[in-house]
Amino acid sequence: MGTPPTTSGMLDPRMMAVVKKQRIQDFLFHKVTMLFAILVLVALAAIMISLMFSAWPAFKKFGISFIWTEEWDIINEDFGAAIAIYGTLVSSVIALLIAVPLAFGIALFLTEMCPTWLRRPLGTAIELLAAVPSIIYGMFGLFIFAPLFAEYGQPALQSTLGQMPLIGPLFGGAMNGIGLLAAGIILAFMVLPFIAAVMRDVFEIVPPILRESAYGLGCTTWEVVRYIVLPYTQKGVVGGIMLGLGRALGETMAVTFVIGNSQRISESLFAPGTSIASTLANEFGEADDFHLATLFALGFLLFVITFVVLAFAKIMILRTERAQGAKT
Amino acid sequence: MNTDLNTSLYRRRKFVNTLGLSLSMFAMALGLFVLLWILFILFKNGFAGLSLTIFTQSTPAPGTPGGGLANAIVGSLMMIGVTALIATPIGIFAGVYLAEFGDDNKLASTTRFVTDIMLSAPSIVLGLFVYAIFVAQVKHFSGWAGSFALALIAIPVVLRTTENMLRLVPGNLREAAFALGAPHWKVTNYVTLRAARAGVMTGLLLALARISGETAPLLFTALNNQFFSTNMNAPMANLPVVIFQFAMSPYDNWVSLAWAGALLITLTVLVLNIIARVVFRERSSG
Amino acid sequence: MNNQASAAPLKNALEVRGLNFFYGKFQGLKNIDLDIAERHVTAFIGPSGCGKSTLLRALNRMYSLYPGQRAEGQVNFYGENILDPKQDLNMLRARIGMVFQKPTPFPMSIYDNVAFGVRLYENLNKADMDARVEWALTKAALWGEVKDKLNQSGLSLSGGQQQRLCIARSVAVKPSVILFDEPTSALDPISTAKVEDLLHELKSDYTVAIVTHNMQQAARVSDFTAFMYLGELVEFGQTDKIFVKPKRKETEDYITGRFG
Repeated sequence: MGTPPTTSGMLDPRMMAVVKKQRIQDFLFHKVTMLFAILVLVALAAIMISLMFSAWPAFKKFGISFIWTEEWDIINEDFGAAIAIYGTLVSSVIALLIAVPLAFGIALFLTEMCPTWLRRPLGTAIELLAAVPSIIYGMFGLFIFAPLFAEYGQPALQSTLGQMPLIGPLFGGAMNGIGLLAAGIILAFMVLPFIAAVMRDVFEIVPPILRESAYGLGCTTWEVVRYIVLPYTQKGVVGGIMLGLGRALGETMAVTFVIGNSQRISESLFAPGTSIASTLANEFGEADDFHLATLFALGFLLFVITFVVLAFAKIMILRTERAQGAKT
Repeated sequence: MNTDLNTSLYRRRKFVNTLGLSLSMFAMALGLFVLLWILFILFKNGFAGLSLTIFTQSTPAPGTPGGGLANAIVGSLMMIGVTALIATPIGIFAGVYLAEFGDDNKLASTTRFVTDIMLSAPSIVLGLFVYAIFVAQVKHFSGWAGSFALALIAIPVVLRTTENMLRLVPGNLREAAFALGAPHWKVTNYVTLRAARAGVMTGLLLALARISGETAPLLFTALNNQFFSTNMNAPMANLPVVIFQFAMSPYDNWVSLAWAGALLITLTVLVLNIIARVVFRERSSG
Repeated sequence: MNNQASAAPLKNALEVRGLNFFYGKFQGLKNIDLDIAERHVTAFIGPSGCGKSTLLRALNRMYSLYPGQRAEGQVNFYGENILDPKQDLNMLRARIGMVFQKPTPFPMSIYDNVAFGVRLYENLNKADMDARVEWALTKAALWGEVKDKLNQSGLSLSGGQQQRLCIARSVAVKPSVILFDEPTSALDPISTAKVEDLLHELKSDYTVAIVTHNMQQAARVSDFTAFMYLGELVEFGQTDKIFVKPKRKETEDYITGRFG
């Protein structure tokens, strides 16, 4: 078939034409893909700017005190974000208080106790829990959980914790199965799979040698996890918790069904309230111009809060992975 | 040697250990229990409301008996289809950029950071955004706006999966293609992307699964439509918003339709997730 | 076994002059001067970390894919310095091919694997391409085993067959030089023997440079051998001379197995 040339062959004109075409193609390749990546950044900037812009009439009228004003008078157009912020924060904190220990337990189980053949199916089951759309959680909360909570859960809480000095009033009042506590509980199971998955992932990165040395000294499983695994992964664990918090803060459907949708802050966790997302979902349909601007203001605040929390979470998780040499 | 103290200390440690492990097992059992309970209720109530008319009739007016979800199903399918068409190229191209040019690159690391945050950002805020820049400008709700909002949710998923899957392709394979004198875009297109295609497809399926259940962004963009319509330029019926409206209503047939719709969405999501896993496992071992 | 050097002076396909190589701040190659003779096999041997793969990968500028790796000095390919920043890398790699340690078949059919490189620079019609693919696979001693399954995926072949497919792929574009980076270290002994026979065949048409950590392989296969240690070229010469009567003590120590 002919022997190969014994020159460099790099001055062949046909070859040079191909190469020139390739250079243009690769240039376009770089620029076009870069453009799409920039698009993502542009989207984020656009979101912040447009929210601020639409919310401006409200911010102009109320100023910074909007954030802590406890008022929601649609007729007189006097608004404050405090009620919604309160509901958002309280339901999210309750959710975390329940979800974090449970997630920790699940992660421990999956990494230390579970027989190997069961690990993947159970892990998948947890991930499926994460895939269930939030509106399903909401419906479950409203139709199944709320009646049961009203009949068994709330009376039990009221007769025990409700009788104690400081925290008693938190569990007082009418018991209809909805309210901030109910929303917090439903939310807990919504974010539980995310936190559990992150915790399991960072637990798995711990080098087996570390664990084995601890076991070799006679540590029990619990001690290994508490004194070796947890400190080693603490940044990642914090990151996972923050991730769950970020999701909880922004969750709409799981909360709206059971939070009660009432614009007031009450003493009791059994009483109905509202969150930022629920307010938006409920009032958007009939809001007129200024009311709408206020809703945008709430949305802007929510976006900023979640952005900060998620950025913090991301930095924490990055630091853990970098320290352990794993890829992001 | 004082063995008494040692035994009691050891017993206490053992107790703590047993307690901790039992609680962990309880946590796992609780998680599974909740999952199974939710699925059970969903299937029970959903199947009760399921019938052939779901697919043949449109949503009923308030107070009218019967009805189905045909318009909502079609509307959701159309919007998801459009979203897939928008999100796939953007997500893949941007993911390619991050994987192929994204080492030691400020733009790339910023994009990655922002994408991860957008992955968990409140979807209701994204709906507000699309309302402000699109719906308010053209002064009407539309299926296009709905797809736009859903795309904002889907793109980060596709982007991250594409980048991760491309990075998993062994360096040797890319070097072998470069070693033949191939230009960068051909190496990416014919070798790297092809080797990663199972994983990239998984990303797409997972993104679609995620957006099938999203309600909040559609509230401000596609809204809802009581009648059957394939006009994307007007309010569009869709399953999630229908469920939202019907579930909290006083009408029995509405509530039953809501459960049926919830079942349909969950089945879709679960099936897409399972297909994604099976596809990935099969192809990657091939 | 090994060809004796011909009486006529050898033409050099590649001439390395004063080559220094850096991974960031770490210097991987120190002042290398080396000639690679046309249509002969030159082997690079030495203990792990000596720089032999680094040197090989400098010859087709594979390192340019990675920021932070850079080379200084000259590498003349038939008189043209390929370290010149203006050098087009794609063109260079079409003229200097490379076969890697792990077999790397592309995720496409056997036919497309071989045709991939050819399609980059040549516009052949179907008949010509078929002929070229057959020719390349024959040269790689693989044609008989795959001629009935050209449409099957390259990944369906065994390890040794995959490596010969990669060789066929490199041969198909008719480069002047083919570089082999430990091509048999991932293969079983039978496949290794087949590849070594191939190297013998290939050198009548191509210039071959091979990195190997297996000294016996170097002795069997190459005409010239370069012994490297800690980034320096310790000794270079005809293979039989190096292995029978090395000039430097380090070379002798390595060959007799005292280290590395």
